[in-house]
Amino acid sequence: MDVLVTQVFNGLSGGSILLLAALGLALTFGQMGVINMAHGEFIMAGAYTAFVMQQVLGAAGLSLLVSLPMAFLVGGLLGVLLEATLLRRMYHRPLDTLLVTWGVSLILQQLARDVFGTAGVDVPAPGWLSGPVEVLGFSFPRSRLFILALAIAAVVALSLALRLTPLGRRIRATVQNRQLAESSGISTRRTDVLTFFIGSGLAGVAGVVLTLMGSISSNLGTSYIVDAFLVVIVGGIGQIKGAVIAAFVLGTVQSWVEYSTTASIAKVILLALVVAFLQARPQGIFQVRTRSLA
Amino acid sequence: MSRFPARRSAATAAVLVLGLALSACGSRVDDAGGGATAESCVDTSGDSVKIGFLNSRSGTMAISENTVFNSLELAATQINAAGGVLGKQLEIVAEDGASEPTVFAEKADKLIRDDCVAAVFGGWTSSSRKAMLPVFESNDALLFYPVQYEGLESSENIFYTGATTNQQIIPALDYLKESGVTSLFLVGSDYVFPQTANKIIKAYAEANGIEVKGEEYAPLGHTDFATIVAKVRDAGAAAVFNTLNGDSNVAFFKEYKNLGLTAETMPVLSVSIAEEEVGGIGVDNIVGQPVAWNYYQTIASPANEKFVADFKAAYGAEKVTSDPMEAAYTSLYLWKGMVEKAGSFAVPDVQAAADGVSFEAPEGTVTVNGENHHIAKTALIGKIGADGLIYTEWSSDGPIEPDPYLKSYPWASGLAG
Repeated sequence: MDVLVTQVFNGLSGGSILLLAALGLALTFGQMGVINMAHGEFIMAGAYTAFVMQQVLGAAGLSLLVSLPMAFLVGGLLGVLLEATLLRRMYHRPLDTLLVTWGVSLILQQLARDVFGTAGVDVPAPGWLSGPVEVLGFSFPRSRLFILALAIAAVVALSLALRLTPLGRRIRATVQNRQLAESSGISTRRTDVLTFFIGSGLAGVAGVVLTLMGSISSNLGTSYIVDAFLVVIVGGIGQIKGAVIAAFVLGTVQSWVEYSTTASIAKVILLALVVAFLQARPQGIFQVRTRSLA
Repeated sequence: MSRFPARRSAATAAVLVLGLALSACGSRVDDAGGGATAESCVDTSGDSVKIGFLNSRSGTMAISENTVFNSLELAATQINAAGGVLGKQLEIVAEDGASEPTVFAEKADKLIRDDCVAAVFGGWTSSSRKAMLPVFESNDALLFYPVQYEGLESSENIFYTGATTNQQIIPALDYLKESGVTSLFLVGSDYVFPQTANKIIKAYAEANGIEVKGEEYAPLGHTDFATIVAKVRDAGAAAVFNTLNGDSNVAFFKEYKNLGLTAETMPVLSVSIAEEEVGGIGVDNIVGQPVAWNYYQTIASPANEKFVADFKAAYGAEKVTSDPMEAAYTSLYLWKGMVEKAGSFAVPDVQAAADGVSFEAPEGTVTVNGENHHIAKTALIGKIGADGLIYTEWSSDGPIEPDPYLKSYPWASGLAG
């Protein structure tokens, strides 16, 4: 019973971390079809934003709360910069985009090393987020509960924004049929920039949260980028709800297989399952039906 | 319009794949190290002599190896200021191993055959050392390797100035046993050093009545330790022996604290966490935990105070000094001692003179063992203080003779094979 509760929670928690790392990518890769290898470095930028905010503000609790919107802004602006200078010139050229953004990711990593040094840095968690909390006789780490809550909040906010706001409607229209959206008077250029801003901003938020879990160094992004792509591809390109389900399924499978075998075997089995699943369902869990002929 | 980009993309992909395949082949060929044992081309006619520094200045290992490079540079500067070696100034040729074993092998070959250096200093990972070993053996050149490692190796052409297992892991187990630990949980990264170390630990535990309650390996770069730490907590061992490497330590110790485990309830003894790493893990997450090395920045001796002061003067007051840095610094002085004893820079003369060469190092007196090319070192168990430095808690009775194949330990008889 103990093990059951612990592992169910660890699965959900692992899933929520995956989800936060992948949510922004679900927008930029899923909705716009841009393969952005620098997404991981936007996560890293978010983590370093949390570090800088803590150096400036001192208090761990306040700085964490300030870091969340700040990192959204930093990640978002980096994304807009990348979109405006490079990516807009190579839409519909996925391989070129892949190489260019990979180059950008290497440049950003080196930049982080030059600015913050090669050794990792630490962002101490505020008192109210460190240690475990007892619920019904089971102890759960407070930081993981916080991440779970934040992941759910981010998904709810994003889905509501896509469904209810004018911007959300424009994004969905552009995804479904770019030419028709353009001819109805939507500025698809502006929509692209805004979508990229939100997607990259979410990466920044993920970075702040990851400071509670692991190391903050120049290679933070590379640890998460593969898993993030995995979540989006399994979930089905173009679907937020697909990414949500995929993240929690992958997190749960990882935690259970890891419990009964080892961490290395769990990684292998997870990848094998994903490959097998994509053989049976190449389009992922969900598929967007569009009217465009492309 | 739509077909053209697609074709170009395919071409790009093909070029990429070809490029990768070619570069892989290239490093394979160079790897063989030439074969022909050329006569040494070291030039000692002038008033300077070349030595090679081979460290990863880029890639994932750069974090650690840059500090080793700095300490080597410091030692060379000091030696030159004091008149050099046999009256010749040291001229440094630095190469970047780029965290790739194949690059280490290529650059070692270049340093030996093109630059004609008298000796090479560097390497960190065991895979980089294993890749360089045939290059040094076939060219009959010298490598000074400054990092603690898994033992079970001894080459005429390598001097190992870091600890072998009987100078770090076995003393750490002696310390745990003396503190009354009767059960252990082993956590490590999934590669050669932790697995070899854990084999030794399990043999020791069996011979000494210590129960091993579990053994977990995480892939290098693993970031989510929820499940592993839950297993550690539920197994209820008296202590944890940690051979995790790199960033995984950060995630592990954060999770450890998140689940309410501490140095008091279940200490975690680590063998890969030095002063450099403490800042990244966060002092709060690791304070009070024991570590095993042969050197700490806090050692009170004139030699160490000078080393620390000179290092900070050269590279910044906020810098810390750690075991591999000290072992690298010491390695250059040991080479100097060997060359001066031999009265020659020639490799066979240096090898013949090596036995018994000793140096008043920052860690204490170290002495070269001419038979297995390791050095006698004192083992120190330290505890991490609230200031992020490590303070000696326990020390072996004087320097321990190196025994890379653990021949002097009856319980280890099955391991070397």
